[in-house]
Amino acid sequence: MASLPSSPIAVYHGPFTEREATRLLWRAGFGPRPGQPARLAALGLDGAVRSLTRPSGPAQLIGRAPRNSNGGPLDPTGVWGDDHCWWLDRMVRSDQQLIERMTLVWHSWFATSIDASNAELMLGQNKMMRARALGNFHDLFVEVTRDPAMLLWLNGAQNSKWSPNENYARESMELFTLGADRGYDQLDVHEMARALTGFTNDWNIGVGPTNFRYEASLHDEGVKRIFGHRGRFGYLDTCRMCVQHPLHPSFMVAKLWGYFVGAPVPAGDQRALERTYVASGFETRPLVEAILRHPLFHEGPSMVIPPVVYCAGLLRALDLTIETDAWSWIGQQAGQRLFEPPNVAGWNYADWLDTARWSGRFTAVTYALQSRVLNPNGHSYPEHESAEEALDSALRYWGDPPFSASTHGNLLAFSRRAQRGITADWEQVTYRILRQNALRALVPTTPEWQCC
Amino acid sequence: MALAGRSGSAREWDPRMPVPAGAGIDRRRFLLGAAGGLVSVYGAGRLGLTGRVLGDGIAQAATVQSPTSPVLVSIFLQGGIDALSVLAPAGNALYQQLRPTLAVPITAGTPFTEDPSLRWHPSATSFAQLHNAGKVIVLPGIGYSSPDMSHFTSRHYWEVGATDTSLQTGWLGRYLDIAGTPTNPLQGLSMDGQMNPTLATAVNPTAAIQTPADFSLWLNGVWGDVFDWTLDSASALGDAQHHSKDPAIAQVAEAASEVGIVRRALAPFRGANGDPAYTSPVTYPTTTTGDLPQRLAGLAAMIASGLPLRAVALTTDTQFDTHATQASTFDTGLQLAADSIAAFQADLEARGIDQRVLIHVWSEFGRRPQENGSNGTDHGAAGISLLIGSRTTGTMIGEWPTLTNLDINGNQIENTDYRGIYSSLLEQWFDQDAAAVIPGAAGFARHQLIQ
Repeated sequence: MASLPSSPIAVYHGPFTEREATRLLWRAGFGPRPGQPARLAALGLDGAVRSLTRPSGPAQLIGRAPRNSNGGPLDPTGVWGDDHCWWLDRMVRSDQQLIERMTLVWHSWFATSIDASNAELMLGQNKMMRARALGNFHDLFVEVTRDPAMLLWLNGAQNSKWSPNENYARESMELFTLGADRGYDQLDVHEMARALTGFTNDWNIGVGPTNFRYEASLHDEGVKRIFGHRGRFGYLDTCRMCVQHPLHPSFMVAKLWGYFVGAPVPAGDQRALERTYVASGFETRPLVEAILRHPLFHEGPSMVIPPVVYCAGLLRALDLTIETDAWSWIGQQAGQRLFEPPNVAGWNYADWLDTARWSGRFTAVTYALQSRVLNPNGHSYPEHESAEEALDSALRYWGDPPFSASTHGNLLAFSRRAQRGITADWEQVTYRILRQNALRALVPTTPEWQCC
Repeated sequence: MALAGRSGSAREWDPRMPVPAGAGIDRRRFLLGAAGGLVSVYGAGRLGLTGRVLGDGIAQAATVQSPTSPVLVSIFLQGGIDALSVLAPAGNALYQQLRPTLAVPITAGTPFTEDPSLRWHPSATSFAQLHNAGKVIVLPGIGYSSPDMSHFTSRHYWEVGATDTSLQTGWLGRYLDIAGTPTNPLQGLSMDGQMNPTLATAVNPTAAIQTPADFSLWLNGVWGDVFDWTLDSASALGDAQHHSKDPAIAQVAEAASEVGIVRRALAPFRGANGDPAYTSPVTYPTTTTGDLPQRLAGLAAMIASGLPLRAVALTTDTQFDTHATQASTFDTGLQLAADSIAAFQADLEARGIDQRVLIHVWSEFGRRPQENGSNGTDHGAAGISLLIGSRTTGTMIGEWPTLTNLDINGNQIENTDYRGIYSSLLEQWFDQDAAAVIPGAAGFARHQLIQ
């Protein structure tokens, strides 16, 4: 494989082993399939990154198709929650993992909620974002600006020259391209709202919102003053002006970096990344490639695995597929219901946990293991399995994750405690089966397994 | 539509962007109480609460609290509720002119007894009734100078109790760091299913639940003692790594650790199939929009049981960010919030614990007087807060801000600083020196809140 272009940005030169490959698979995808870290490590860092950032052809979905709790096919536009499961399935089965992961990044970046539209429009936006997952940010921003789900969510379709609505104008600068109070003021919000006028849609009984379009008669054709420039601006102008704003590259680099690395971007690399971004004409792929090769990506602190990534990762680790639509409410409980971000600012990647959301993750483990539970009333289980053997077996089940001595010791303590609980003869086998089920559940709930 | 507390990633790029309160904070390790006998708890008999089921930290906190220990309940009307519709100057010609489609009709709703030029929105009748009973302090012009019209930033200011984008602890979180304990996560209870930034502490633990009844865990093929030991082990794994230098590991570990404590404490509230094991003495409203009534019903039951709660935070399921077709969201949302809060107050009264509880209802800003033409309203500045409870003075603080003197953005100007209200709450409700909690507390006017 050809190597990636040389770069003024720091590049990781340490060993690229299964450990580094595993982190790459979690952060640039949805966790490893069994055996995948070894295969990726064999490609070396550049080859591994390239395999993720430059997939060829259309994505393939590997393995058995997803099913709902009744064994039927998912109906993402017809059944509540199946939209979540439908995308989760792509996260589990797509062979273009970074494309899905970047689509998730854009979903949080341009966070749009199904609460303002419907599954059809949300899936349409999702398809648009997937097609541009590693593409040009300006082009993506233009598509987002005229995307029907977004036009409803931030009231773009209600913004006309007769009645300007500031919602999209404000958030497009604050959250999408510049950052709060960075290089714009309320006058810019007001004027940009005027420039964004012209979108509208119809509403049909039985169909809902439909026929999204731009109508020149609704557009305010007057002169606007934005970022100190005067002109008869329209939405294509505002998209261009936001992306060409001198404070956009710094926003872009730092925000994108934050999705992949758990430490701040060093100042020198920040500037170099900004130059790379601008020189490329606002392309995303070179930025992502540089971030995935950066020393801090591989050697920096670990990150909490986001809830949907955790759910997909559980299924991938066990080579399972979706067999219940419970995954949608589990996602909600764990703090990440797809197509329903908490607000337009998306999910907070710095804070994924508290008692409630931890419990949601535990429930995810419960459901991941559902089809694999050993029957406690069965009799074919080693009657004399020791506490150590039981733990080894459970760790093997999850591909022998490299746990610390402390975590290993705590799991062993549980295994021994369960064994001490055996007092009656009938419990010899039954308790060992309960213990094995419990150990298999405990392994992925450990703090170490939940971070990458 | 941006809302604070849980937004975005990589906030490092600009110090002016607020980091959500509570993000990335490494709180002190929470030790699972191991020793200790059966500690009696105030009110414990009713629910069979003992030191063993509670966790010793909670049990101890419960024994040292008196039957009159104050509880503050913060209810956030998210999105920036339209104050000009909650309490409307219905007869004001300029108001009718600014709100051609949204103005409250001149004779609709209930007159506001303290200012006859205002009327409660028809959906706020429950608030009007509580107010007429002397249990509501209305703050019709609350806010802060140089108002920020970003949801994210303004909400953050309210959550942290300062116009400071870099502060990462909530104002009630800082109070809990001073007055709380290192072993009682229930002292700061978020009932949003995730941590409410208002309660973000730097040191002491807090907990997040949805309702006390649905905080349950299960596994297939694991039961009895082995299941209990499994959950104990999951929490022990958290205890062991709570102090990890790796902030991600510490974040997961802390949550795992606290789950063990909260699970035990709330066990008596869970019936079969996750149904509540408690009943309410009053009827709460029914709704298909979220579960605010159920959360408040569960909260009343927890307070009545003697669980050592101090500061509780809830967020409405309704988004009051009404940029378009405001009435469709606002009317039902306000009705649900008002009726739920009134039922909660009645519940507290029926249980005889209303003297202990004060409800603080707030939003990040009001909305612009000039409606926007999408039959909605854009972000404003001064807004409305309510303080509700049996011990409030029931007297309005500040005044309704005029429509004839608007700020440069066409928004109403505040006349009551929210930080002065926080300071007054800390001093009068919690007997806590506000200077230790609210930056610059000495500079904000105090108001008499409690009888």
